[in-house]
Amino acid sequence: MLRFLLRRAGAAVVLVWLVATVTFALVSLAPGDAAAGLADPRVAPEVRERFRRDFGLDRPWPARYLDWLAGAARGDFGVSWAHHRPVAAVLADAVPATALLAGLGLALEIAGGLALALVQLRRPHGRADRALTGLALVAYALPAFVVALSLQYLFAYRLRLLPPSHQLSPGGDLLAGLPRLLDQLRHLVLPVAAIALTGVAAVARYLRGALLDERGQLYVLAARARGCSERRALWAHALPNALLPLVTMVGLSLPFLISGSLVIEVIFAWPGMGQTMVAAALARDLPLLMGGTVLATLAVVAGNALADLAYALVDPRVRL
Amino acid sequence: MSAPGAPPRLVTGTVVLAVLTLVVLLGPLLAGDPAAIVDPPAAGLLPPLARRTVIELRDGSTLAGENARQADGRWLIARRGEQRSVAAADVATVSHRLYWLGTDNLGRDLLARLLTGGRVSLAIGALALTLALLVGSAVGLTAGWRGGALDAVLMRLADALLAVPVLFLLILLAALFRPSPAALVAVLGLTSWMDIARLVRGQVLSLKEREFVVAARAIGASGPRIAVFHLLPNLAAPLAQGAALRLGDLILAEAALSFLGLGVQPPLASWGAMVAHGQEFFPAAWWLTFPAGAAVVAAVIGAALLADGVGEAARAELRPTP
Repeated sequence: MLRFLLRRAGAAVVLVWLVATVTFALVSLAPGDAAAGLADPRVAPEVRERFRRDFGLDRPWPARYLDWLAGAARGDFGVSWAHHRPVAAVLADAVPATALLAGLGLALEIAGGLALALVQLRRPHGRADRALTGLALVAYALPAFVVALSLQYLFAYRLRLLPPSHQLSPGGDLLAGLPRLLDQLRHLVLPVAAIALTGVAAVARYLRGALLDERGQLYVLAARARGCSERRALWAHALPNALLPLVTMVGLSLPFLISGSLVIEVIFAWPGMGQTMVAAALARDLPLLMGGTVLATLAVVAGNALADLAYALVDPRVRL
Repeated sequence: MSAPGAPPRLVTGTVVLAVLTLVVLLGPLLAGDPAAIVDPPAAGLLPPLARRTVIELRDGSTLAGENARQADGRWLIARRGEQRSVAAADVATVSHRLYWLGTDNLGRDLLARLLTGGRVSLAIGALALTLALLVGSAVGLTAGWRGGALDAVLMRLADALLAVPVLFLLILLAALFRPSPAALVAVLGLTSWMDIARLVRGQVLSLKEREFVVAARAIGASGPRIAVFHLLPNLAAPLAQGAALRLGDLILAEAALSFLGLGVQPPLASWGAMVAHGQEFFPAAWWLTFPAGAAVVAAVIGAALLADGVGEAARAELRPTP
């Protein structure tokens, strides 16, 4: 166990170092000045010089590279050019919002996928099963922005059931206690549903196949022979084994989850990583972009390691 | 067991993609000028199936009205509830138009824009896929054939790239390099070769122990020669499936980037960029947003069906015939 943890930590450090190096190299090799935001001819040369000096851009690249690595190792990604605050502080404001959205979306995605798979398995290859399999293919092909915009159009603008964007209603800051919580929950519904809808097809497709396989296994037959009810054979015997690889699948889907919630955040004006990164890209806020990329990589690596760990915990056959 | 011939999904997927390609290649020839701005106050943001009579004047300006008739050497146009009249001598052309998908805020025909935008979307997808296939095959062949330290380094690099949330990397790259279509192709292609490289490497590892490869080596064939003439032909099936899977992802990635304003830049339009542009007039003018979104969905479904079908066909091929 300890050896596994150490090995994974070592691999993670190497990977994050690689990504930090690649982002630094990209930024340094990009054509034009890193301070190209100041390339506007109306910007006075003194201002440009001052900016370059303040952000250390006038120093040779090996020095900047070592600074960047040393800083990143301590969680210090420098100062954002657009926010004039430390990158770490800007990211710290954005991460909880994204984590909330992605976490709830993932939970709903798994629950929904399981529900769909169970409906399909009532009569495998029956009419409902085929219809849902077809729908899953369509759902898989739906880009996040199409799902998000459709939900927003239908439920917020046409039916006026839910708020179209943001975390709170205008003036919601003044609310407190239960009304505030309810307002927040209403704002969560559409973005969370959008995230879940983009991933539910993959989960349902996987679980359907896995449950179908497990149900054909001898241990399920044995359970039935002992007089287990059909329901118990499915829920208590087949399901736990079918759910196991889902842990790894969820770990591997983390990059997509984070990327998908990025577009959805932009559409629903959700103040998370996605909004922050896109705004940073449009403003060419390089320190923030570099810090955000490294942080996202770290999150994915940590998520994958956690998934492997969780796998070992739930499956006694796996020894780390 | 199943009927002989191609799996239905392979056929459907191929047909969907072929039809889309044909439509975006030939459509713009019939649909008119996608960039022509027509009398924005009168012809802007028209809903689908709206009809307008468009009068082009000799000075290049346009007038659009609900109807128009000619009387006493003048054209009378019913335009936004009032009557306008222009001398017939000033009129260059008069056309009656049906806007199947409506118009955008500048009175541009959205059907024409959707068709030309599709050229951009599909071309970027296909070219990025070609690049990913070239890089992925080269890396996979090298790693699998040479083995050893080079193999380890290349595969760790692929692992590392796979673990990076690609959209973040794309956003960083889009901020650094002014997003031109060529840069988009390069960026998308260079961030999606890893799966293909793994696939190819795995196949090469098993192929290189087979007799025909050993025989080729024994008669003194060079490494590159074996790679190109003996290994590549045997990689066609897995490559085809990997490529079809990637194609859908690449179309989605281009759409997402353009939607975020980091992909195709105006005046060029792609489907993703059209959805982004529609956001400004959303939800009132929903027709700027949804047809372009639906086009992306159709393309990705086509690619997904194709990938499924190729996989099925490859498995059927491998199954021993009774």
